[in-house]
Amino acid sequence: MYQYNDFDEAFVRERVAQFRAQVARRIDGSLTEDEFRPLRLMNGLYLQLHAYMLRVAVPYGTLNPSQMRQLAYIADRWDKGYGHFTTRQNIQFNWPQLADVPDMLEALADVGMHAIQTSGNTIRNVTADHFAGAAADEIEDPRPVAELLRQWSTDHPEFQFLPRKFKIAITGSPNDRAVTRAHDIGLRMVRNADGEPGFEVIVGGGLGRTPMIGKVIKEFLPKADLLPYVEAVVSVWNLLGRRDNKYKARIKITVHEHGIDEIRDLVDARFEQIKATFAGVVRQLLAEIEHFFQPPQFSTKPVTGFDSERLANPAFRSWTDTNLAQHRNPDYAIVSVSIKKHGATPGDATSDQMRALADIAETYGHGELRISHEQNVILPHVHKSDLPAVYQALRAADLATANIGLISDIIACPGMDYCALATARSIPIAQEIATRFEDLKLEHDIGPLKIKISGCINACGHHHVGHIGILGLDRAGVENYQITLGGDHTQDAVIGEKTGPGFSYEDITDAIERIVMTYLSLRSDPAEEFLAAYKRLGAEPFKAALYSEAKAHAAE
Amino acid sequence: MSRAFLPKVVTANLLIEGTSVWLTEADVWSPRMCDAEFIEDEAHAEIRLLFAKSQPQTVVGPYLADARLGVNGPEPVHFREAFRGRGPSNYAHGAQVEA
Repeated sequence: MYQYNDFDEAFVRERVAQFRAQVARRIDGSLTEDEFRPLRLMNGLYLQLHAYMLRVAVPYGTLNPSQMRQLAYIADRWDKGYGHFTTRQNIQFNWPQLADVPDMLEALADVGMHAIQTSGNTIRNVTADHFAGAAADEIEDPRPVAELLRQWSTDHPEFQFLPRKFKIAITGSPNDRAVTRAHDIGLRMVRNADGEPGFEVIVGGGLGRTPMIGKVIKEFLPKADLLPYVEAVVSVWNLLGRRDNKYKARIKITVHEHGIDEIRDLVDARFEQIKATFAGVVRQLLAEIEHFFQPPQFSTKPVTGFDSERLANPAFRSWTDTNLAQHRNPDYAIVSVSIKKHGATPGDATSDQMRALADIAETYGHGELRISHEQNVILPHVHKSDLPAVYQALRAADLATANIGLISDIIACPGMDYCALATARSIPIAQEIATRFEDLKLEHDIGPLKIKISGCINACGHHHVGHIGILGLDRAGVENYQITLGGDHTQDAVIGEKTGPGFSYEDITDAIERIVMTYLSLRSDPAEEFLAAYKRLGAEPFKAALYSEAKAHAAE
Repeated sequence: MSRAFLPKVVTANLLIEGTSVWLTEADVWSPRMCDAEFIEDEAHAEIRLLFAKSQPQTVVGPYLADARLGVNGPEPVHFREAFRGRGPSNYAHGAQVEA
């Protein structure tokens, strides 16, 4: 993976020193909160409901064991012994004290990490397919391009005060696991007629209060044109974007108001203007960066013990059925480690678990770890003969839950348990749903089903693209949960449809159960997954199940 | 006619720790809402908020929150303030164990 060069190192250290001085000036009264706030946000430091929160970027979701151990150290030394992995492949620490944050940033810099541009109206952490570099369906590892984008966007002088935040996601696979159609820019690797890899460029996607699926602005962009083209997009939006209204400032609104064709023309014109200034730079930088992303030396040892352990150990078999994905090397598997134990907080890992993951990655996983936008941890390269040992090690760390892609593998934002913007809680809803279906022993029968929960309209929990989406709102001083159905986060992205009136905190889990029971009773056969059944059946039977009881009460 | 004034408390977060605190009659900040000064007069509420805003080296973002009087002192009206006063629901962290 990428190693900081002298420039990166000096830049990050200087930012830490600057922030240390800024914190000192805030504490001694030289800076007002109004002056300090934008400075702390530029360094990922929020003030939430109960405490400060430090959001640390995990660039394109990639971590090495030393970095994971350092995150564990930070959690123990300056927080409460855990971290929260987010839908943007970041990690958040929920309890830092202001005076400690410079030391936390220094500790991050020690392992080539930072919290720069994890907030503010800037280009945020570039997210990527969490199976990048390992997936069987991948054209190329997208992470060198993601790293190039990180370098280009970090402290980019033109883009430090954008109309609003700007999020880029990238995938090297036709099967989109990076939600590229719900980002400001989505980059999806495709091949042209000559078989050369490049990118389909999607703009104007986003969730939040005005959810929109991104539109294709360029069907094929050669890799060599990537930076000037992306810069042209951001630059056009930087001028056109609605600074008069923060709710209309994201590029999705700009694209919606001007139309994709006008935006395309403007971007093409800007691209022509600036591309000469990038001449050769992309190719040269990419070549340097690609050197850091060489695949590991895959073992050629025979695959032994995997099938026999599957036969002998039903728990292992169940885990391999749900938590493994196909690796491009047939002797290997991609392991998704569930950070969604039933009843636990989605995405929260203790410092001990982080250290266990680092050890496992080092011993069995070629030293690679990924954070997924679904708030799980990935071991991208595990030889199949090592899977029984990996499973045992995960069990010892309480990390062997076999539920990837199932109903308890829920995305949930921090919600009103932590977030100052939230309008309702998310975490306890996720905990209760997971526990309910665990108690019913139904989740393996239900099969693939993605529930995504947001505690406010900003949609950090991606509820619009959940097969079942839950949005927590404040209705007249009471928590209320609105349900959407049929959302899809993949290359076939769809915004889910609202079912109708929302449900109370007490009733939402029952409502979800009624939806799921309806699916189980109406699916054509056990192989028909929830989303397929919903597409076939439409919303009506689910609405009937949700609201018939309420109507019956009303009629009484 | 203007709406009736709902009783208030002054609340904020501590600058260094970030934790939620409430302004007491004795001009000190308490980690417990029940210790807060219960303010029933609108003009007095504004004065107390100004006082809070004059302490930028102690607290961040002071504001007036609706409150009602309970047995032990002021209580939250809105669930957001209840959560601020209690801490998160997923762990025994924050005010529920430290206040």
